[in-house]
Amino acid sequence: MKIHEMSARELASALTAGEVSAVEVTQAFFDRIDAVDDQVGAYLTLMRETALQQAEEADARRKRDDDVPPLLGVPIALKDNLCTNGVRTTCASKMLEQFVPPYDATVVTRLKEAGMPILGKTNMDEFALGSSTEYSALKKTRNPWNLERVPGGSSGGSAAAVSASLAPFALGTDTGGSIRQPAAYCGIVGMKPTYGLVSRFGLVAAAPSLDQIGTMTKDVADTALLLNVIAGYDPYDSTSVNREVPDYFASLETDVSTLRFGMPAEFFSADIHPEVRTAVESAIKRLEALGAEVVEVNLPHSTYALSAYYVIASGELSSSLGRYDGVRYGHRADVEGDVFTMFRHSRSEGFGPEVKRRILLGTYVLLSGNYRDYYLQAMKVRALIAKDFEQAFEQCDVIVAPAAANVAFPFDGVVDPAEMHALDLFTVPVNLAGLPAISLPCGLNSEGMPIGLQLIGPAFGEVQLLQAAYALEQEIGPLPKQPQLEVKSND
Amino acid sequence: MTKTATAWETVIGLEIHAELLTDAKIWCGCSTQFGNEQNTNVCPICLGLPGTLPVLNQKAVEYTIRAGLALGCEIAAFSKFDRKNYFYPDLPKAHQVSQDDQPFCVNGQVEFEIDGKTYRVGINRVHLEEEAGKSVHSGDNILGSEFTLIDYNRAGVPLIEIVTEPDIRSPEEARVFLENLRTILRYAGVSDCKMEEGSLRCDANISLRPRGSTEFGAKVEIKNMNSFRSVQRALEYEMLRQQEVLESGGVVQRETRHWDDAKGRTVAMRTKEEADDYRYFPDPDLPPVIVEREWVEAIRAELPELPQARRRRFVEEYGLPAYDASILTTEKSLADFYEATVAEFAEPKTVSNWIMGEVLRLLNETGRTPDDIPIEPNALAELLTLVKKGTIGANVGKEVLEEMFKSGKRAADIVKERGLEQISDTEQLKEIVAEVIAENPGPVQQYLGGKETVIKFLVGQVMKKTRGQANPTLANELLEAALKELS
Repeated sequence: MKIHEMSARELASALTAGEVSAVEVTQAFFDRIDAVDDQVGAYLTLMRETALQQAEEADARRKRDDDVPPLLGVPIALKDNLCTNGVRTTCASKMLEQFVPPYDATVVTRLKEAGMPILGKTNMDEFALGSSTEYSALKKTRNPWNLERVPGGSSGGSAAAVSASLAPFALGTDTGGSIRQPAAYCGIVGMKPTYGLVSRFGLVAAAPSLDQIGTMTKDVADTALLLNVIAGYDPYDSTSVNREVPDYFASLETDVSTLRFGMPAEFFSADIHPEVRTAVESAIKRLEALGAEVVEVNLPHSTYALSAYYVIASGELSSSLGRYDGVRYGHRADVEGDVFTMFRHSRSEGFGPEVKRRILLGTYVLLSGNYRDYYLQAMKVRALIAKDFEQAFEQCDVIVAPAAANVAFPFDGVVDPAEMHALDLFTVPVNLAGLPAISLPCGLNSEGMPIGLQLIGPAFGEVQLLQAAYALEQEIGPLPKQPQLEVKSND
Repeated sequence: MTKTATAWETVIGLEIHAELLTDAKIWCGCSTQFGNEQNTNVCPICLGLPGTLPVLNQKAVEYTIRAGLALGCEIAAFSKFDRKNYFYPDLPKAHQVSQDDQPFCVNGQVEFEIDGKTYRVGINRVHLEEEAGKSVHSGDNILGSEFTLIDYNRAGVPLIEIVTEPDIRSPEEARVFLENLRTILRYAGVSDCKMEEGSLRCDANISLRPRGSTEFGAKVEIKNMNSFRSVQRALEYEMLRQQEVLESGGVVQRETRHWDDAKGRTVAMRTKEEADDYRYFPDPDLPPVIVEREWVEAIRAELPELPQARRRRFVEEYGLPAYDASILTTEKSLADFYEATVAEFAEPKTVSNWIMGEVLRLLNETGRTPDDIPIEPNALAELLTLVKKGTIGANVGKEVLEEMFKSGKRAADIVKERGLEQISDTEQLKEIVAEVIAENPGPVQQYLGGKETVIKFLVGQVMKKTRGQANPTLANELLEAALKELS
């Protein structure tokens, strides 16, 4: 097996056994990137020099210390909305194309402390607003399974990177499905933890009450390993929760016979592509075969989730994105006139169409005359949705649902913004309720495109959620094939 | 003197901003020190860089509650922060974190007196928010400037906004209220309230209505009043301006006006109809704050005696005139100094006279404030004891105090070093008296002839011979006795 094909856990074992060095591993991924990323377009920025330096340090640390972190020397990719000290963090926007943060996000600090070299920054929908990565203002990212299709979004770069073995794993962010949907489209495992489990400090905000950093990996074990590194209280994030973090990797097991799975009637009565439905239902049958009980549950308010989500998320982001005014950093328009003219032109030039649409929507719903009818109303719906989940979790331990209604679509396949928004039907309610959820591959459709299944747990129920995902993954087995990319000659 | 519009009643409400005295800013650990080099008290958080998050400085909440308690407010059990969204170059996040509908403190009041009459002004609310940076324009304002530089040192300094009820009825009342508010906030130790440094700022809403009416007239907001005096002046100007508009049959425009202190007038800034919509909504980065009752009570227990109560107590406990009491309590440090001195020298009115006369004069002359009186209360008490015992006279005492301010030496040491002790030794003075009688036969004869006022001249001669150090009372007695023997 080639180095770039190995999972993070396999790499960690090889590193521990001394079969390979961190420098060799890191170099292998850059070689792979050089060989195929011009087809995929996953990365916006490569961090060759620092990554290899970090790899050298990891190797030295392994020689020097007896007790080293489990993922020491295993490299990783980061979505480009996570701040990296001294390395540009663009959010795939013209606005921040040249922005170099003077500090590291808390998750980045944790990765560095764990001795994990950072390969680079991955493409995304501009400011994480989108579901296909087509809204990136800087680059086109293609789905490694079919280069004519989107990788999903907004964490499309991270999903494509892991899927194409351009990184063993990656971090993404999920505001309404931005980890789980691209993971499903690219045939990998994507997890959004409970709101507050992972610090958001250094994550460039889209909608702060919904944003959460999560993992994008080749398998569930890697998810658990990576979650062990990034989870935990951070005094720099007032919404991070101060509670003890269990060892998610050590708690993995395959016995789900004591678990009850809930199928939300509202999700399964939605417009799901028949092949997706078949794949998800067959996975549920496998759970039953493992001895788990499957019950029907109800999430009656979930039909309002999309509307509530777009009101809340847009309202928040219209405020969060106000700071990009050209004064201190970011794009500044070269115009004659007063400072307010400069603001207008900088923002008009720096933001793409989807960002503008959402800012307009968000500004509208927060106007003093509209606040009560839109924002406050949406917050009430949000509370009801959270309550729906609470009640559902009285009847089951884990909710099972599709991650997306269909597989990855062709470029320009969804042109209507409202239709694009509707793609998040199964993922958005989870963000509104602040719950953990994981999407994992459950098969390929007749076109050979991966299908994703989603498991949702109660707040801070990551241990059980990962156990369920792990058991199901073992039962389903690996996908019958992996993406085939043409590799340039010198490999 | 304030001119009063006879047909019109003036209605004034104030909005006061006071910077809190916390060491650190409200969301980060940066210093709040005033006057540092531009853009040095900053970090990614207070610059609002992408990805940064606010973490509430609990001290800022404590100070807000303390201010609220000092102003007689109710303290909310549940409070939250909201974003006030607007674009301005000195506002790093394009939103100011403030409090919209659930402030920490509501329903307070301030009582104060003018010429013996008591006034009461309701406090609608006290809320906590963050300061913006400071724009330094090359011209008069942002639109008329070639360029503007911004200092973000102030961005994120915690700030309270105090909103009064429209209870104020004259410009003078507004000024006196504001002075009292300043004293209260300084007593509570929450703000240094320096209008000249901008740590206390005041905007005013003023409207006129026909006397007897209960409805409010169209209100005008006045900004840019940079001293207590300018608050009164601006309101006086605006009161008369509105009166003229109304009396000539016009309508007062609801608008914001800018006070031009140099020209002594208000100038229209913008009409309220075009007011910004701030799109307030709860800040998703900051969880709501549950204010525990025990905490509030602990803060209340730590509050010092407030100026109004202290003023009353000074009158009752020390028998001071109301005027003395109000002067001595304007600053907590001065009142503390007074009480500490009285504890060592139990003549309250004497101490008051010396502090109000000499101490305040010396502070004024040396450019000091009551916060840095250069002598200890017991040093003043020692000086007063020397005067009382007759070791030195009162006039010499004033000189000694001046020297104490300069050198920090104790009164007794200065008296000894400079040989300022009064001669109260009877034998020694008797000799001098005998000399004076012998040297001044003419005046002695006049005295003996019945012109008794001549004794003042003779006492003067004794003082002259002793270079002013003779105890004048004793000298007088001894002279009288000696002259009696001659008659």
